[in-house]
Amino acid sequence: MSALADVIAAACLLAGAALCLTAGLGLVRFPDVLSRMHAGTKPQVLGVLLVMVGAAIRLDGWANAWMLLLVAAFQLLTAPVSAHLISRVAYRRRHVRRDLLLVDEFGGAGHQDLRHRGDEPGDAPPGSPRPSAGQSS
Amino acid sequence: MTVLGIALYALIGGGALLALARLARGPSLLDRVVATDTLLVIISAGLAVHAALVRDPTLVPVLVVVSLLAFVGSVSVARYIGGMLLRSRTGDGRDVGLPVAAEERVNGS
Repeated sequence: MSALADVIAAACLLAGAALCLTAGLGLVRFPDVLSRMHAGTKPQVLGVLLVMVGAAIRLDGWANAWMLLLVAAFQLLTAPVSAHLISRVAYRRRHVRRDLLLVDEFGGAGHQDLRHRGDEPGDAPPGSPRPSAGQSS
Repeated sequence: MTVLGIALYALIGGGALLALARLARGPSLLDRVVATDTLLVIISAGLAVHAALVRDPTLVPVLVVVSLLAFVGSVSVARYIGGMLLRSRTGDGRDVGLPVAAEERVNGS
């Protein structure tokens, strides 16, 4: 029983570590921010889940298992939020290779709201007073 | 140290080194943010692997702190870059960034 648990834990840890190496390779090889983020998000969800399962099998005891489950749940909750923020800023700062995009639903010329482009303070219409206008100009 | 430990540390260390290479080379600030996020996740995976190999539960609260720190760091830097926006509007709904954009750099070379 213990040997079988050790084998399962070792398999989970190896898969998680291989996903970490995959993330590094993708970060170096891929061309722009969005595809690098696609590569870097692999250990953020599946890799961390596999490593936490392996560690929870090895560290027997419910207190450790609950705390590792907390780490995994927190990763699952926070990875989409940070990825959304980074990709939105990357699109607007033109760090996206537009020649590699198949569909660009966000930048079509036809259906674009010219008055309110987003919810940032810099996205206000040009005539309206901005909170940071007095400081920067 | 067993063969399993060597293999695990080699995989995780290779991933961390490649993420560090992207962190050093990355042409824009957002590449560095993505690389830092991935590097912190790889570090927490390495800590969990160490805790599992030596059966040492002392490192488990450190994992919670590191995962919290990764989220707070990437979100705050992303909000900071989004707040740096950019008086110079081109009229097509996109903002011209201060660093060299990837699109023009690739097309120009």
